[in-house]
Amino acid sequence: MAVRNTPVDDAPIGFLRDKAKQLRRHMLAMASRLGQGYIGQGLGIADLLAALYFHELRYDPADPAWPERDRFLLSTGHYSLALWAALAEAGVLPIEELATYGADASRLDMSTLDTTPGVEVIGGSLGHGLGQGIGMALGLRLDGRPARVFVELSDGEMQEGATWEAAMAAPHFRLDRLVALIDCNGIQADGAIVLDLEPVAEKWRAFGWETAEIDGNRMDEIVNALHGARSANGRPKAIVLRTLPGKGVPTLERREKAHFVRVEADEWGALAAELEGDHV
Amino acid sequence: MSEPGRTLAMGEAERVAGHSVDAPFGRALVELGHARPDIVGLTADLGKYTDIHPFRDAFPERFFNVGMAEQNLVAVSAGLARAGKTPFCTTYGVFATRRAYDYIAIACAHSRVNVKIIAGLPGLTTGYGGTHQAIEDLALMRMVPGLVVIDPCDATDIMQATHAIAAYDGPVYMRLLRASVPVILDAAQYRFAIGEARRLRQGGDVALIGTGFMTGRALQAAEAVGRDGIAAAVLHVPTLKPFDADAVAELASQVRCVITVENHVVTGGLASLVAETLFERGMTRPLVRIGLPDRFIECGSVGFLQEKYGLTAERIEQAIRAACG
Ligand SMILES: Cc1ncc(C[n+]2csc(CCOP(=O)(O)OP(=O)(O)O)c2C)c(N)n1
Repeated sequence: MAVRNTPVDDAPIGFLRDKAKQLRRHMLAMASRLGQGYIGQGLGIADLLAALYFHELRYDPADPAWPERDRFLLSTGHYSLALWAALAEAGVLPIEELATYGADASRLDMSTLDTTPGVEVIGGSLGHGLGQGIGMALGLRLDGRPARVFVELSDGEMQEGATWEAAMAAPHFRLDRLVALIDCNGIQADGAIVLDLEPVAEKWRAFGWETAEIDGNRMDEIVNALHGARSANGRPKAIVLRTLPGKGVPTLERREKAHFVRVEADEWGALAAELEGDHV
Repeated sequence: MSEPGRTLAMGEAERVAGHSVDAPFGRALVELGHARPDIVGLTADLGKYTDIHPFRDAFPERFFNVGMAEQNLVAVSAGLARAGKTPFCTTYGVFATRRAYDYIAIACAHSRVNVKIIAGLPGLTTGYGGTHQAIEDLALMRMVPGLVVIDPCDATDIMQATHAIAAYDGPVYMRLLRASVPVILDAAQYRFAIGEARRLRQGGDVALIGTGFMTGRALQAAEAVGRDGIAAAVLHVPTLKPFDADAVAELASQVRCVITVENHVVTGGLASLVAETLFERGMTRPLVRIGLPDRFIECGSVGFLQEKYGLTAERIEQAIRAACG
């Protein structure tokens, strides 16, 4: 067994940026083969996933069920292409399998199911991640395991009541190995965020979470925030990531703030070229 | 889009018969909105995807997007009903029934308030897997005392049912077929009424009893076997509750075998209702239940999934031939 990422304090920022770009390449390839997908969201959290899978998370790619592993829960099942890209690049899934994204009978579905290696919980019925993350953190603590639990959730999910039920419970249970990663990309299904959520960071602070608010597309800020979240101080950690949908591909960054981006068949080549020309 | 002031969508579907209608629910709701200032629209971040956008655009001051919060969606709707409004609230069937069940049961049904819950992505009409496919919603909703439960089969049905439930004072759960919806029923002849089944085709050999879009497939299958001299009757049951047991029993008494067809698990929905009816009335008929199995369905393209799980005219045709062979 070969565990990845024993915690170190200095992060190889350039290497992580390259990994993020590689994840974006995978995502564009997957979405272009299918002709559609939640590509805006995926490109937006590529930097976070690169920092997690190639720096912060402890896991064994050859044994995704290793009991001591850190857990990463993707609550937004519709961001699946981002997770498939990360799991493949991390060696949990074969890279070739990315070509099956969204195909009938593929394991790499448009929405995440926990039958695919590396997937901790079923995402997609939104608002399910954080509560399950609390349960995992409690269970790991009962067993005396030092593993940490990272839960990604979206700004839209902050409109679900269950999110705040969980937000209230985690500080009560003093779950300092639980980290909520809140992807604030400013969009939801009906377009721009339909219910005002601000001030997001203050809400989490008020609920008792040690909270950082960062540019979620800047690797140095992501890494700093993840390092800051390591402290064993009895408080759960929240990182509010301000991300840009479509990040790294200027045409998609500029596109109307849409939850489900349509891309014409002949556009993908140009988008891939933009990604290579861009220095995130 | 229909002109303001018109009260009924009758005839509209007929003009486009054999084709499809865009957002039939939204069109009907806009017509109602012009006629009735008490009608309000709500959604939980799915306005674009549940065909309520025409109403949102026509009556922005009477439209409320509560964000992705289905429990609150139903609670707010119940409050609006208590304030004298007639709320139509939309989300996907899975989220209405699974997440907001308690609010539907208590705030709407127990209180008998006038809330209309419009539920997108019924059964296998989405490829997003178990999180999005409402395969057991009819069973869940049918158990709620006093709730009217509707599964329309086409654009004509949806438009007429939207008018009918607006005229009805009480809580309703209606499944939605969205976007471009085929027209199967002739609006000049068909009349939707809550609690009434409709005989769409006569036949003395076998009875096809359908609800939702599966009724359309039953008609295709009946036509196909008809060419070989098998007479299959088709009864469309758009309202699961209250259930038209008399129509089912009457048809069953005229045939040798009954086949139910539904876009739903075969437990707790139409098949169960038909079985209960036959048994209660002491009628023994072979019963073939076509619908979804007792399992969560995977992700995949809708055509692939419907084929795999037998929600097709071909599957019904096979069942008819087997039953009559
Ligand atoms: C409980 C639940 N309600 C509704 C939906 C339908 N839905 C899918 S994505 C989405 C938008 C959620 O907001 P967010 O995750 O912030 O959207 P994005 O950033 O992907 O645009 C909605 C309403 C869902 N999947 N789950």
